Amino acid sequence: MTPSINKSRRNFIKVSAAAGGGMLIGINFLNCAPDKIPVEVMKAIPKEWFEFDSYIKIGETGLVTIFSANPEIGQNIKTSMPMIVAEELDVDWKDVVVEQAPLNTEWYTRQVAGGSQSIRQGWTTLRRAGALARKMLVDTAADQWQSESADCYVEKGIVKHKDGRELSYGELASQASQRETPDPESVPLKKSSDFSIIGKSKRNVDMEGILSGEPLFGLDYKREGMIYATAMRPPAFGQILKDYDDTETKKINGVLDVIKFGDKIAVLAENTWAAMKGKRVLKANYTQEGKAEDSEYHSKTLRDHLEKKSDEPLRVDGNVDKAFAEADEIFEKTYEAPFLPHACMEPMNFFAHVTDEKVDMVGPIQTPAWTQSRIANLLERDAEDITIQMTRMGGGFGRRLYGDFALEAAEISHLSKKPIKLVFSREDDMLAGTYRPASAYKFKVGIKNSEVTAYHLTEAFFNGSMFGQMHSNFPCGAIENYRVDSHNIPSNVTTGAWRAPYANFLAYAEQAFLDELATRLNKDAVALRLELFDKAKNNPVGEPHNYEVDKFVGVIKLAAEKSNWGNAPDGVYQGFSAYYSHNTYVAEVAEVVVKEKVPTIQKVICAVDCGIVINPKAALNQIEGGIIDGIGHALYGDFNFVAGQTQSTNYHQYRLIRMPESPEIEVHFVESKNDPTGLGEPTLPPAGGALANALAAATGERYYSQPFVKINDVLG
Amino acid sequence: MATYTIFVNGSSKTVNADPDTPLLWVLRDELGLVGTKYGCGIAQCGACTVHLDGAAMRSCVLPISTISDQKVITIEGLDSENSHPLQEAWREHDVPQCGYCQAGQIMNAAALLKENKNPSDDAIDEAMRGNICRCATYPRIKKAIKTAADKL
Repeated sequence: MTPSINKSRRNFIKVSAAAGGGMLIGINFLNCAPDKIPVEVMKAIPKEWFEFDSYIKIGETGLVTIFSANPEIGQNIKTSMPMIVAEELDVDWKDVVVEQAPLNTEWYTRQVAGGSQSIRQGWTTLRRAGALARKMLVDTAADQWQSESADCYVEKGIVKHKDGRELSYGELASQASQRETPDPESVPLKKSSDFSIIGKSKRNVDMEGILSGEPLFGLDYKREGMIYATAMRPPAFGQILKDYDDTETKKINGVLDVIKFGDKIAVLAENTWAAMKGKRVLKANYTQEGKAEDSEYHSKTLRDHLEKKSDEPLRVDGNVDKAFAEADEIFEKTYEAPFLPHACMEPMNFFAHVTDEKVDMVGPIQTPAWTQSRIANLLERDAEDITIQMTRMGGGFGRRLYGDFALEAAEISHLSKKPIKLVFSREDDMLAGTYRPASAYKFKVGIKNSEVTAYHLTEAFFNGSMFGQMHSNFPCGAIENYRVDSHNIPSNVTTGAWRAPYANFLAYAEQAFLDELATRLNKDAVALRLELFDKAKNNPVGEPHNYEVDKFVGVIKLAAEKSNWGNAPDGVYQGFSAYYSHNTYVAEVAEVVVKEKVPTIQKVICAVDCGIVINPKAALNQIEGGIIDGIGHALYGDFNFVAGQTQSTNYHQYRLIRMPESPEIEVHFVESKNDPTGLGEPTLPPAGGALANALAAATGERYYSQPFVKINDVLG
Repeated sequence: MATYTIFVNGSSKTVNADPDTPLLWVLRDELGLVGTKYGCGIAQCGACTVHLDGAAMRSCVLPISTISDQKVITIEGLDSENSHPLQEAWREHDVPQCGYCQAGQIMNAAALLKENKNPSDDAIDEAMRGNICRCATYPRIKKAIKTAADKL
């Protein structure tokens, strides 16, 4: 990938500065707790900005703006991605302000929050963007001094000549920004040993806004003349709208209009409360056109499919049937998980203003480019007419990959001809989800002479099938006879990616199974894994497998060492789990104690190999959150359908993990000079397994279905 | 519609609203104080926590008609310089991930520290149980509350 260098950036910046955009950045920044910014190191707000590429502009005072291209969902890339640019640009982080970039598919590649890929796929582009601008500044200084660039070096935004002369970036910016952009390939990047920003914790750049309640999120966005909209959608999957009566709605103070669109009805009002109240008294009738699915149907369908082989297995090594026939023993377990909502704290919402001239969209979205093209199709408009401004997101977890709420907002604005903000109530958010599909996995192994000779994994999944190379995950490569079957079963429930898709439950099933298998074989859980890795490394079976043995073993050994695996103090029960997903290797040891006969998770020790760690404190935050999220949903994620309708409507019926249940997390990074990988997802998949295995150690009880705790057990 | 005068962050504000309008939506839609968040509307998540005469309350279930002359403090008014010990501790521990619930967490914790200047782990757990953080920054919230308590 090459950085997107486009001279039209210059025009863009001039326009936005004229509209006050340039100054606003500085003003916002200064308004953030002015007494907290040490004046002596804070550069003054420039009168003029000079752009170097789509990521960087520098003012005459030396203040640097770095644009954050990707959507910020809580993974903190709005801090860590600019850190990578700043590192190669060689500026003092204190002199950097970060601004959310607009959607622009020409300037930026992959403006997406998903798959834990922002850092990994942005790494080289961001470094080059910084390095190119640095070279332009150094070359400018060298020219002014009639010297060679090779005789110059940079310290914190000041170009220095070896003879002692100095010019600051602020002094050089105007001229430097006019230079021809050098060939990206010709500009060397730093050695990792020279990093001074990467690897040092930097505070969340939106911290001041978060602490003072500034309007950062989509739900906070307001525009002059904007009205509010709620939408009533069919209450159950498979239903379509028959008719409706808005008499009572129109009596509500503040309700302005009621508009039908497709099978949905929008209530437009002067304020959010009126829009919500208006929807509450709206009467609508529906007819059931599609199947009215319920959770019993889901469960039975999944389990029925597990008894069948698929027409086209995803992978076959050797012959599992033959090996099963010759085995001393067959060991088989089945695991099942329900549909899950994302339950982001900020409900879905979007601002839309559709006019004949343009379509103006503002809100929280993980996939702005895809959403832009979908809105273009929906409204039959040119994509160029559609602007999407990304706000900070109050969580996403995959839900905001699907811009259905933005499309709804665009349609409502199109029909009403007004600037509107569509707001989901919590109940709407639970009802109109793109749920993690229910799934089930069956593991069947053949054991001969205490060795695993065959391994057969069968997947049953609604609206999907494990993708990419997941079928070649561990322990593929370590077992002579290996087969993966998958059944993709259609459901009319809308489904989609949920933090660590597939891995979020497949990892659980696999790691719980391996633990029970180790017990069955009378082997230590870590020793069994290491035995299999040894085989995969020295004598791999079949086509290449989808993991690097050394990295995987690295995290396993580190977690075992740091947790003092196998030597836990009396009364502490440990469970082991390790998983590779989203290009990152993770091993976790959960520790359970029994308090007054109740097993309680008190700590998780985690080892992670994610290559170079960009922003350690923020990386730890992702790791801690991923583990607790994994534990929370394994314990409590209970979500059911009756006749196509979700049974949980709000947090009183959908239990999320809370502070008292959250364990302490201890994290150890594998020291690495490899290019960085992401952390938003990969620590979640192994967490449930670590917990289940520790619970089994403590109580002897195995959990084959999630959640471990049913909602009625605790709240009914 | 009726007219209400309420005292928010040290000044009196007059708004027109239906009597059943939750304080949350008056703050957000009428007064532009959007730091107080909507999460559930049924007092189950704590994102909308404000102080009412010093006590932590869920503003999503407080009708404007019941506020009367009670003093309302929101995250915007917690400290005039955003330097409440909790805000300082939040900086120190770099607490937020998405950040959406954090104002509610801070307001809830501020009420706790007013009552109990040196809360135990269990007391913090108990007081903060009603505040969901979907990103699960709980370990940091707890550390930050302890850091703030140490400075009180």
